Amino acid sequence: MIVNVNDLRLSRGRREILRGVSFAADRGELVALMGLSGGGKTTILRTIAALEPFDSGTVDVGGVVLRPGANARQTIRELRKQVGMVFQLHYLFDHLTALDNVTLAPTRVAHVARTDAESRAMALLDSLGVAHRRNAYPRELSGGEAQRVAIARSMAMDPPVLMLDEPTASLDPARRYELGETLVKLTKDGRTLLVTTHDDDFARDFATRVIILAEGEVVEEGDPRQVLTNPQHESTKRLLQRTGV
Amino acid sequence: MQARRAVFVFCILHFAFCIQAAEQPGILRWGGDAEGGAPFVEADPSNPAVVRGFDVDVAEQMAKGLGRKAQFVQVAFASIDQSVARGDFDIGMSGVEDTPPRRAMLSTTIPYYEFHEVLTVRSEDVSRFTDFSQLRGRKVGTLSATIAYERLLRAQREDGIEVVSYDDDVHPYEDLREGRLDAVLLDNIIAARSVSRVPGLTILPTNFQTGHYIGVLAKENTALRDRINDILRARMRDGTLERIYRKWNIWSDDEAAFLRVAPAIVPARPGRIAGATQKQSKLPLIARYIPSLLEASVITIALSCASMVLAIFIGILIASGRVYANGLSRAILTAYVEIVRGTPVLLQLFVLYYGLSSVIRLPAFLAALLGLGLNYAAYESEIYRGALEAVPRGQLEAARTLGLSEMQVFSLVRGPQAFRLALAPMTNDFVALLKDSSLVSVITVVELTKQTQIFATNIGSWVIPGLLCAALYLIFSLPLARLAGYLETKWRSASE
Repeated sequence: MIVNVNDLRLSRGRREILRGVSFAADRGELVALMGLSGGGKTTILRTIAALEPFDSGTVDVGGVVLRPGANARQTIRELRKQVGMVFQLHYLFDHLTALDNVTLAPTRVAHVARTDAESRAMALLDSLGVAHRRNAYPRELSGGEAQRVAIARSMAMDPPVLMLDEPTASLDPARRYELGETLVKLTKDGRTLLVTTHDDDFARDFATRVIILAEGEVVEEGDPRQVLTNPQHESTKRLLQRTGV
Repeated sequence: MQARRAVFVFCILHFAFCIQAAEQPGILRWGGDAEGGAPFVEADPSNPAVVRGFDVDVAEQMAKGLGRKAQFVQVAFASIDQSVARGDFDIGMSGVEDTPPRRAMLSTTIPYYEFHEVLTVRSEDVSRFTDFSQLRGRKVGTLSATIAYERLLRAQREDGIEVVSYDDDVHPYEDLREGRLDAVLLDNIIAARSVSRVPGLTILPTNFQTGHYIGVLAKENTALRDRINDILRARMRDGTLERIYRKWNIWSDDEAAFLRVAPAIVPARPGRIAGATQKQSKLPLIARYIPSLLEASVITIALSCASMVLAIFIGILIASGRVYANGLSRAILTAYVEIVRGTPVLLQLFVLYYGLSSVIRLPAFLAALLGLGLNYAAYESEIYRGALEAVPRGQLEAARTLGLSEMQVFSLVRGPQAFRLALAPMTNDFVALLKDSSLVSVITVVELTKQTQIFATNIGSWVIPGLLCAALYLIFSLPLARLAGYLETKWRSASE
């Protein structure tokens, strides 16, 4: 298992956001994290990305272990070689072109030669269908284009685990299908994808496993077709009603 | 009801005009600058509300002769002419020199005191510097917009000295002692007073130019001028002026000789003389000043640009410190910003140039650059801090998840984005700095505004110098203001 989250607990003030979350993900898996808003999905991704310190439990990604509180800079540096993240709002760097967004980390962090970084970035943008937008600034990109550039940016460092926060949120059904196929393609060489989503169709069609979160706990997990067609837990049922199935 | 209101308004207006009107029955309002000090006019050390000096005594004689009471009005030395012309007081005195522009612009009394422009040097230099030719390439200071200043400009052209202009007549002598200057050219009575106060200085015997002090009145005020001239002549003849001058230790054989001929001097008739000379002499005079205005513009621009670079550099350091550093450094930086923003830049310039001169003797231009730069750094830092904090947290987190170090997040993502946000307000600040740079004339840097003031004093009018000066400032600042506007709209559309 490349991702091992064990009994993760996190409170902000008096509010318990995560109440002992445990799950694991294997190489090549596409895991969908689902649950009502406020259920802690995004927070889990943020703790795995070491953007959010937690109170107890452990996060282990490819052998790099995060512990409660502040972690050593060295640990975080190692962790970030293991995990990439695509934010819901993309957060492409406003002052850089699409291509420069993708080459920034390879040239500055991995110290890859500029020409090599650019040809690899072009290949990535091409595989995601946005190569023609390489010289556009983020403000000039459509939502779908920005998302694909953001995926390319995370992929440029070639992390074994890629996390996407609500990638389906602002896509129409056709685009959503395209995205699903792209993500499945990314898992083919053994990469693990953790994806939060509200979209049970998307999870059913593309995820290898679904994890249902409710009030900071994992309430149900398993094969998406099974869990989402025949929900056992009350929260899962509510979730499916809400999404209008 | 309405009638009563009308009466009330009338009373108010009447009252207001009475305050405005210079000539009040029974009182002779005379303007002078007590900052000029003894022996002209100074605040009485035992009662600072009262002024004393030989000009005070002369004014009292005038008032007495008119059957009025003398009342002193404080006015900056450089503004005496303009103030009397607009009617702030009846007559301006306190070391006002007799010059052709004054005669053209105002009604002037007969001269009542004769002085000489003399050089003062450090005592050890007495044998080295006896004339301007020996001062080639050296700095000679004086009060700006005076006869002495004009004489030094001539020496600059003829003998290659460097002129340093001051707004007061105290600091030149202190700077002479400290080695910032090699000589000071000023009126002999100012020199005599200063060497008694500042040790180690010696006055050279040569008289470089003779000048006279006069009283100035508004141009149309010739009736009062004529009466005052009569009073002055009488007081010269009956020995009253001699008594006053002896009392203030400014009596000499030369003065005695002057007072014997002075009563016979016919006052210049402003109407005739001015009318005849103005048209012929003003144009070449204006032309003569244009190169120096352009030169002063170069100083203004160079100083503004250099100060802005310094302000940006230090501003970035302060802002990053306040955003990133720990409690103590942050508190120190916050204190710096608050102190600098909470005190006048004029005071800061004084402290840097004169206050610190016993510790470190900064050259004037450098002090000006540091003063403006350090002052604006406080304002810039606030802009940058705001801009740094305005960069969305998500941008920083995205950079972190890519593996960028905190330093890289700052230099590759947060800094460049904040810089774009800061560009428009920075440009506005630069325009403000361009204009604030005029303050450095207090520490002897002659920039555009100061040169304009000198220009105006010498041709006796603010109209043309003022227009030229304003035009030059606008030429520099308008494109910048346009740039700021452009950047603002560009960035706004970019972030939408």
